[in-house]
Amino acid sequence: MLKYLLKRIALLIPTLIGVATLVFAMVALSPGDPARVMLGERANKEQLEKLRSELGLDRPLIEQYGIYMKNMVQLDFGESIKTGRKVSEEIKELYPATIELAFFAMLFATTLGIIIGVLSATRRNTWIDYTSMVGALFGVSMPVFWLALVLMMIFSVGLNWLPTGGRINIRYYFEAITNFYILDTFIYWIRDGDPKFFISSLKHIVLPALALGTIPLAIIARVTRSSMLEVLKQDYVKTARSAGIKEKRVVYRYALKNALLPVVTIIGLQFGLLLSGAILTETIFAWPGIGRWIYKAIEARDYPAVQGGVIVIATTFVLINLVVDILYSLVNPKIRLQ
Amino acid sequence: MKKAFNVLLIFLLAFTVFAGGQQDSGEAEAEAADEASDGPKSGGVLVFGRGGDSVGLDPARETDGESFYGSTQIFDNLVEFKNGTTEVQPALAKSWDISDDNLTFTFHLVEDATFHDGTPFNAEAVVFSLGRQLWEDHPYYDLGPWKYWGYMDMSNIVDDIVAVDEYTVRFDLKKVEAPFLANLAMDFAAMVSPAAVEKYGEDFKSNPVGTGPFKFVSWQKDSNIVLERNENYWRRPAYLDRLILQVIPDPTARYLALQKGEIDVMDFPSPEDIEEMKADPDIKVIQQPGLNVGYLAMNTQKEPFDDKRVRQAFNYAINKDEIIEAVFGAAGTTAKNPLPPTMWSYNDSIDPYPYDPEKAKELLDEAGYPDGFETDLWAMPVARPYFPDGRRVAEIMQAQLKEIGVEAEIVSYDWGTYLDRTDSGEHETALLGWTGDNGDPDNFLFVLLSAAAAEVPAGNIAFWKDEEFNELIIEAKETFDRERRTELYMEAQEVFHEEAPWVPVAHSIVSEPMQPNVMNFKLSPVGKRVFYSVWLDD
Repeated sequence: MLKYLLKRIALLIPTLIGVATLVFAMVALSPGDPARVMLGERANKEQLEKLRSELGLDRPLIEQYGIYMKNMVQLDFGESIKTGRKVSEEIKELYPATIELAFFAMLFATTLGIIIGVLSATRRNTWIDYTSMVGALFGVSMPVFWLALVLMMIFSVGLNWLPTGGRINIRYYFEAITNFYILDTFIYWIRDGDPKFFISSLKHIVLPALALGTIPLAIIARVTRSSMLEVLKQDYVKTARSAGIKEKRVVYRYALKNALLPVVTIIGLQFGLLLSGAILTETIFAWPGIGRWIYKAIEARDYPAVQGGVIVIATTFVLINLVVDILYSLVNPKIRLQ
Repeated sequence: MKKAFNVLLIFLLAFTVFAGGQQDSGEAEAEAADEASDGPKSGGVLVFGRGGDSVGLDPARETDGESFYGSTQIFDNLVEFKNGTTEVQPALAKSWDISDDNLTFTFHLVEDATFHDGTPFNAEAVVFSLGRQLWEDHPYYDLGPWKYWGYMDMSNIVDDIVAVDEYTVRFDLKKVEAPFLANLAMDFAAMVSPAAVEKYGEDFKSNPVGTGPFKFVSWQKDSNIVLERNENYWRRPAYLDRLILQVIPDPTARYLALQKGEIDVMDFPSPEDIEEMKADPDIKVIQQPGLNVGYLAMNTQKEPFDDKRVRQAFNYAINKDEIIEAVFGAAGTTAKNPLPPTMWSYNDSIDPYPYDPEKAKELLDEAGYPDGFETDLWAMPVARPYFPDGRRVAEIMQAQLKEIGVEAEIVSYDWGTYLDRTDSGEHETALLGWTGDNGDPDNFLFVLLSAAAAEVPAGNIAFWKDEEFNELIIEAKETFDRERRTELYMEAQEVFHEEAPWVPVAHSIVSEPMQPNVMNFKLSPVGKRVFYSVWLDD
């Protein structure tokens, strides 16, 4: 087991070097001069040349790559061209928001997705099955921005239950500690005995998590259903049933555990996707996350920011997959042996 | 429901007529509402919902409106634009003298202003704030790039800045430059605390310290900037306790937040929502034409656009009303001059070229192109206030030009490449625009149409070099008498109209919806959002 773990961790290094190189190549090949984009309509020649040399854009590509890789190894993403602030500092402020949102979206998607999947598998070809699978089809094909706005119109404006956006009531005087607001506000609650911040931050995450979690919910429900159907057909289930074990016990104790294997993989992949794919949700719910930040950085040809952001997300993605694989090997000893 | 809506519309219309005819309904309403209030009152938190975050809060470093929305509240300048106008008035300089040769400006400073960190404001602070942008050997020069200082060509205007005594500062100029005073009212010329710049260095842009009506409290990236009232302000303190600039990127979400009362003032509404907002009694909408122009520049150095008849033919062939309706909706108005209508010296007596394809064909015939010709039409890839959708504008123009036999091929690049290639003159015709900086006509006519600006990289992408026009605008640049300058600019606009290097297309209209209890908010022609004199009614 330890050997397997070490091997997996060692594999991380070439993967990340590959990602870093790929990011550099994409940025270098994409058209548009960042100095020009930065200075806009008003630029004059001296300003342009000065900025290009400041950014090192006048050096040969191979030299730029060398400097870039050296900085990456030292985990130095440099300064954002646009804001002049350290990229790592900006990521530290924004990334927790995205992780927090993705976590709650996945929590919602996983819990509900598995329940729906199991229900429709055990009640195959009944109205429950049909409704949930048609619902799942809607879920995957629904445009996120549309869903987000509809949720907002119903729950914020119509029913007045939840706020339209942001992470906490705008008018509160709240200072973040870790930038994980649910955690921060919980600390405040314990410390000051007043749950008002905590309640506010919980209220703020509900709609964005629902909007972001809908597609993974649909996917998880479908995968759970088909995997469950597969397992229920297997001999050991039949044996258990014929031995007179209660149906509930057969489904939840024996079948579900095995059926969840592919679901775990999907959950890992979806979580990774949510980290980078939350741009629309972040935009509509004014959620200050990293997805929109990278998108804006690409628009502005803010290379250091794009590189830093993509590499952080890629690293997280790889780490999540590692965790999933480890979980997998815990559940399924066959993998460990290979 | 529909009936109620109609009744409301009639009521609003009637209200507009009674409230003074000439003004647009939003402004009239706002004034009427302000009069109904019991007068200014102190207190409250105002949340301003806007589309994007500030890039930085050192106004000398930044160029984007979102950054200035924050810094304007924190900093003061020597002189400032009178709220809601392009008129320059005293601020931290209570008065000034100009030498007979117009080359020396001596400013007399107010004596009771201090920065938020307690540093006294004096002549040394003036020399520091602007000197860091002027002198390359200044210890804080490297905190730049000082983009706006460069855009306004300040290093070629200012020769020296000298602290004469504690509260007197003298500027020696290299050349006579009438817009200089207006430049000093721009955001980049803000007075920064020397002690704070020394303390924070690189990080001053996230820890701004000025003398302004609001103090900086906190900044949560891509979320909000919190400011609080400066109780020791050297003038009457602001009315608001706190001002929060909240980022809500999506305009529909921003509108919902306004309807819910989560925000008090909303920036940049979607054009398609404006009519609905105006009809809503719970929302007050203030409107004003923006200080900008969107145009089609024709490269006068290239055939066939070296012939003025061809350029005029384009002016007759393009139906601006159709473009406004399709692209701008309630957020734009047609242009006939290179200057926007809110600018002083705007020549309103000019008759715009009417939409007349027949006349256009005649002119092409005269110019020797009876069957038209082929050309390119460059379309901007990004949304700007002066062209919310460059591609769509180009498509409409393309169809209109086809009617007079001109086949225009639409060309587009990413924004950086687009600017690079147009300002080196690769195009035959190209869409572009400009937003004014300092409320001076020179900032449009010289920057966009002078022969000096026709050098690569050119601001004058029509590469138009007209002798008569140039004489007029250069004389105006060196004249301090406003009346004389107005005459010169009026005449220059007539030359522009006749020679037609552009098809001026549109000016945007800025709309600012807000809660009815937000009082005394004025839109600024130079695009600022100033909250110093705003108060919240009960």
